[in-house]
Amino acid sequence: MSSILYDAPGPVARRRERWGSIIGGLILLGIIALGVYYAHGRGVFGADRWDVLFDPPKGQTAADVWTSMIVHGLGATLRAALVAAPLSLVLGLVLAVWRTAGRWWVKAPAIMIIELFRGLPVLLMMFFGLLGFGWSAFTAVVFGLTVYNMAIIAEILRAGLASLPRGQAEAAYAVGLSKTQTLFTVLLPQAVRTMLPSLIAQLVVLLKDSSLGYIVGYAELLRSIQNNGQYFGNAYYIALFVVGAGIYLVVNISLSRLAMRLQRGPIKGAPAAPADDEAEAAPTTATPGVRP
Amino acid sequence: MDVLVDNLPSYWAGFLVTMRLTLYSGVISLALGLVLAALRVSPIRPLRGLAATYVELLRNTPLTLVFFFLILVAPQFGVIAPLGFWTAVICLSLYTAAFVAEAVRSGINSVGVGQAEASRAIGLTFGQSLGNVILPQALRSVVPPMINVFIALTKNTSVAAGFAVVELVGSGRRISQGNPGDAVIILIGVALFYLAITIPLGVIASTVERKVAFSR
Repeated sequence: MSSILYDAPGPVARRRERWGSIIGGLILLGIIALGVYYAHGRGVFGADRWDVLFDPPKGQTAADVWTSMIVHGLGATLRAALVAAPLSLVLGLVLAVWRTAGRWWVKAPAIMIIELFRGLPVLLMMFFGLLGFGWSAFTAVVFGLTVYNMAIIAEILRAGLASLPRGQAEAAYAVGLSKTQTLFTVLLPQAVRTMLPSLIAQLVVLLKDSSLGYIVGYAELLRSIQNNGQYFGNAYYIALFVVGAGIYLVVNISLSRLAMRLQRGPIKGAPAAPADDEAEAAPTTATPGVRP
Repeated sequence: MDVLVDNLPSYWAGFLVTMRLTLYSGVISLALGLVLAALRVSPIRPLRGLAATYVELLRNTPLTLVFFFLILVAPQFGVIAPLGFWTAVICLSLYTAAFVAEAVRSGINSVGVGQAEASRAIGLTFGQSLGNVILPQALRSVVPPMINVFIALTKNTSVAAGFAVVELVGSGRRISQGNPGDAVIILIGVALFYLAITIPLGVIASTVERKVAFSR
């Protein structure tokens, strides 16, 4: 693993490492056991702290609780993310293409937009929508997520374009493709493909940031947890939080894993097809920006 | 425009809180992140696993959820975090430390294996090869992503506005509730303060990055 720092261990070092691992593991286990013992002493594991998940009080059924969290809470989170993600992908593509324009005064606005929105907190953009423009919480959340992530995606695509060998563009010009054709049929498909892991990682960020909706009053997953906690009593916060955090972790970690897998293996054939579709479907919206 | 000038003291107070949040959390998360990175490359497997789990968990958790945990859930364990500045610092530090650790680790891994092997071959000790060969090279590739982590931290301090800390966004919200008609101008004022921090930092990061790229 850490061969950069150490030589491959010999028998003595291996034995020492094994003992270190055992002792370190025991200390770690001891700390965890102490924590569990302490939590147990406070009744954290009592059924009366967890029954909200399977047999909630106050005449509610477990189905009500789960519906409020999964259907309404997670549903609202995913709805905001699913509207914002395609929007920021398309707008990011537009900005990235706009940035490749030849003349500085044509591409200056694109650079300004990218730098501006990259440097501002997403939450501030949501407040712009909510307080500044008087939009609904949902629109404000989507607006905040979109303007920030489109700037980042534009930067990712630019890095992808910059990473391509010059020969790609030269060869495309040599066979007589126009500048627009070169960009959309030769350069962008490759850039999207190489940058796919970063793009997916950015979608994880987008999904995480949708939780900021909690602050601007959008009824998403965290808000539904808080509502349940307030209704059933503070003692249930632990159980409800475990469910909420679990949902976020499952969704985000599986997306991250997908990104890592894409990064490791070269993408050929089937997995790359969606990326191609995306790059080819976009020109209809993106072409106006590219003509100087 | 008058509303900006009239409320300059509020803006300034909010700006100072944002700066203090960034500074304190930056220092704490740097220390914590370095410890985590050291654990991640240590030869002791449980410690490696602990650090890897921490980084994986925190990187895939929204920052809002960390705040939510400390303020609403932790009291159920008997840990009562006072609502306000220091709780925000703790949350931001815990969250940012994962990203610092990741930046440091990838920096160490970016140094060629041959460098370490060569330094061991000419008889440098562990400390010498780490201090004279590996870390100076790792530092160059760590600094630009680290600056980006701190830019993100600066922006992330805004989440504290949702949890009773009146920093820039919080004071912007407060001012605009007092002057509902001018909300856009007021928020533009807030944006300018953020850009005053993030754009210079971004320029520094890209300059350093270019310098490093030339010297390779």
